[in-house]
Amino acid sequence: MGPMVDWLARVFSLIRKELQALLKDPSSRALLLVPALMQSLLFGYGATYDLTNVPYAVLDQSHAATSSRLLAHLDGTGVFRRVATLGSSGQIAQVIDDGDALLVISIPPDFEARLSAGQRAPVQIILDGRNSSTAGAAAAYVGAIVAALNQSLGATPAITIERRAWFNPNLESRWNIMPALIAALSMLQTLLLSALSVAREREQGTFDQLLVTPLTPLQILIGKALPPMLVGIVQSTIIFLIILFWFQIPMSGSVWLLYLGLAMFTLASVGIGLSISAVALNMQQAMLYTFMLVMPLMLLSGLLTPVRNMPWILQAATYANPLRFGVDLVRRVYLEGAGLNDVAFDFVPLLAVAAVTLPLAGWLFRNRLS
Amino acid sequence: MSASGFALRLAALTRKETRQMLRDRSNLVVGLLLPITLILLFGYGLSFDVRNARVTLVLDDPSPTARTMVEGLEGSPYLAPAWAPSMVEAEAMMRAGRTDAILRVPADFSARLAAGDARLQLILNGVDSNTAASIEAYVQGALAIPAQKEADRAGGKPPATGSAATGSVTLVQRIWFNEAAESTWFLVPGLVVLVMTLIGAFLTSMLIAREWERGTLESLFVTPVRPMEVVLAKLVPYFVVGAIDLVFCLLAARFLFEVPVRGSLAVIVAASFLYLIVSLSLGLLISAVTRNQFAASQLALLTSFLPAVMLSGFVFDLRNVPGPIQAISQLLPATHFMGLIKTLFMAGDNWPEIWRACAILTLYAVVLLALTGRLMRKRLD
Repeated sequence: MGPMVDWLARVFSLIRKELQALLKDPSSRALLLVPALMQSLLFGYGATYDLTNVPYAVLDQSHAATSSRLLAHLDGTGVFRRVATLGSSGQIAQVIDDGDALLVISIPPDFEARLSAGQRAPVQIILDGRNSSTAGAAAAYVGAIVAALNQSLGATPAITIERRAWFNPNLESRWNIMPALIAALSMLQTLLLSALSVAREREQGTFDQLLVTPLTPLQILIGKALPPMLVGIVQSTIIFLIILFWFQIPMSGSVWLLYLGLAMFTLASVGIGLSISAVALNMQQAMLYTFMLVMPLMLLSGLLTPVRNMPWILQAATYANPLRFGVDLVRRVYLEGAGLNDVAFDFVPLLAVAAVTLPLAGWLFRNRLS
Repeated sequence: MSASGFALRLAALTRKETRQMLRDRSNLVVGLLLPITLILLFGYGLSFDVRNARVTLVLDDPSPTARTMVEGLEGSPYLAPAWAPSMVEAEAMMRAGRTDAILRVPADFSARLAAGDARLQLILNGVDSNTAASIEAYVQGALAIPAQKEADRAGGKPPATGSAATGSVTLVQRIWFNEAAESTWFLVPGLVVLVMTLIGAFLTSMLIAREWERGTLESLFVTPVRPMEVVLAKLVPYFVVGAIDLVFCLLAARFLFEVPVRGSLAVIVAASFLYLIVSLSLGLLISAVTRNQFAASQLALLTSFLPAVMLSGFVFDLRNVPGPIQAISQLLPATHFMGLIKTLFMAGDNWPEIWRACAILTLYAVVLLALTGRLMRKRLD
C-alpha cells in the first residue's frame, strides 16, 4: 500500500497548494463566486425572448363595434400597451421611426361594412423590424388574437389546432436559456483558471521548480486539473440552485446524472484550458487565447440560437465544441428528464475532447520549456 | 512651447505603446482575428430563422381527406415532415430528441370535419421555446391552405351553428426596415458594438494593470510625462485596431451579408469612433483600478463585455425586460450605441436620436478619461 498512498499524497499536496493559491485572499475568492451569482440573476431577468410589453399605436378609421372589440382584446392581454391613437396614416412613420411603438394597427374605414357583407376584412399591422424576432413574435401574437376574434364572430375555420408543449408548457424562453447557463457560465471561469494556472507559474518562474520535484507529469496534470474543475462545479451548483429556487424552473431529471454530465463537461473544458496554458508564454497570452476561443465556443453551442439553424459545415464544427454537448445534456436532463440512455451520445464528444486535450497538455508541460 | 513638449512626449509614448502591442502576437489575434471570426459566425452561423424543422405526422384517421390535409406540410420550406406509424413511436422519437414536433390527426377527424368541428393535435418540444413558437406558426400557415380548400368544398354552406354568413378578419402584415424579417439584419449591426466593446474589454483592460504588475509604471513616473499623456498614448494604437475592425464590419455588412446601410456612412463612422473611445477608456479605467491583470480581465468581462452582449438590446429586446434591469441597461454606454447603430443601418438618419446618443457617449468618454487620468497621478504605495 506504500507507493500508492505516497503517489496520492503527492497529488493531494499539489492540489492543496493550487487551491490555496486560488483562494488565498478575499478578493480572489470573491472573483470566483460573485460573477456566477450576478450573471445568473442578471441574465435570468434580462435574457428573454418573451413579449411582456409591446407598445402599440392605433389608427382606427372604422370606429365600429368589431374594431373596438379587437382593440379591447389586445389591451386585455396585459402585453399590448396602447401608446398613441393616430388620426391619419401620415403619423405612422413617426411613431415607428422613433421607436415609440413596436407596431401600428391600422383598421380601414370599410372594415365593418365588409365584415357584415360576409367578406374578408383586412386589418393592417406595421411592425418595427429592427429586432426581427420581437417583430415576428408580436405579429404572431396579434394573429392569435385575430383568430380568437374570428372564432367568436362565428367565422371559425372548420379545423382548430390544439397545441401542447412538452417540457416547457408555457414556452417561456427563460426555461430554455437558464439551464444552459449552468454549463456556459461556469465554463468561462474553468477555462480561464486552468489556462492561467501553468502560464502564471511560467511567468513567475515557479513552473521549472515544479518540474524538478519528484512529481510525474501525470501527477502535475491531475494536480492542475482538479482545482479548476472543483471551482467550475461549485459555480455550476450556485447557478443550478438559483435557477431551481429563485426562478423556480422545475427540475425533471436526476441530479446525479446532471452532475455526472457536468463533471465530464468540466473535464473537457479543463483539458482545453490546460492545453492553452501549456502553449501560452505568459498570463496575457493565456487570457487572450482563452477569449479568442471562448466566444466561438459560446456562439456555436446552441445557447442563443439553435445548432440546427446553422449551415452544415458549422454544425459539423460543433462536434469539437464541448459546450454544445454540455448545454444539450444539461437542458435535456433538467427540462426533459432525460435518462442516461437518452443523453449517452452527448458523453462521447466530451470524452473525446478530454482524451485528446489532457494528454496533450501533459506532454506539452514537459516538452515546452522556453 | 509646452504644447510642442506635449506633442513630442505623446508621440514618443505612442511609439512605445505601438511597439509593445505589435510585439505580442496574441494582441493581434484578439484584435483582428477574433473580430473576423465573429463577423463570419454572426453572418453565417447564427440564425433565429427556423428551417427544416422536424415534424412527425401521426395519422390515426386513414381517410384521404386527413392525408391531403397534412400533406400540405410538405410544401413548406420551413418544415421537414416525416411519418410515424403510431403515437407511441412518435412520442418515443420526441423523448429521444429525434423530432421537434408531433402533428396528430385523431381517428374521428373526418367525422368531425363533416360536422364543422375538426381538431388536430400539435405537440411541441418546448425546450427551445423560440423554435417551438415558429414551428407552430409554420404548421398553422401550412394547414391554412388545405383547410380553406376544405371549407370551400363544403360549398358556402353556412356553419352549423351560425345563422347568417359572417366575414372574417384577415391580417395583412408589413415589417418595416426588415421586410423579410431576417435575423442577420439585426445581428450584424449589433456586431459593430460587440467588436468595439471586446477591444476595450479584452485588450486595453490589461494595459495599465500589466505595468503595475511589472513595476514599469513607477519608472515612468520619474520621467517628465504627465498622466493624461500616458493614457492617451495607450489609447491610440488600439484605436487604430478598432478602426480597422470597423472597416471589416462595414464591408462585411454591405457586401457579404447585404445588410442595408440606410443612414449616412459618415454618421455611422463618427458614432462608432465615439463609442470606441468610450470602450477603450472603460478598459483603461478598469485596468487602473484593479492593477492586476486577472482581476482586470474578469471585471472587464463582467461589467463591460457580457452586459454589452446580454443587456444592450443586441439579441434580447429591452422592452421585455423588467424595470430594474432596464434601468441597469440604460446605464451602459453599449445600450445607447446599440439603439443608434441599428437605426442607422436599418432605418436611416434620425437626427434627434443621433444627437441624444452621441451626447451621452461624449459624456461617458470625457468622464472615463478624466477618471483614468486621475488614477494615474504619480503616487507610490
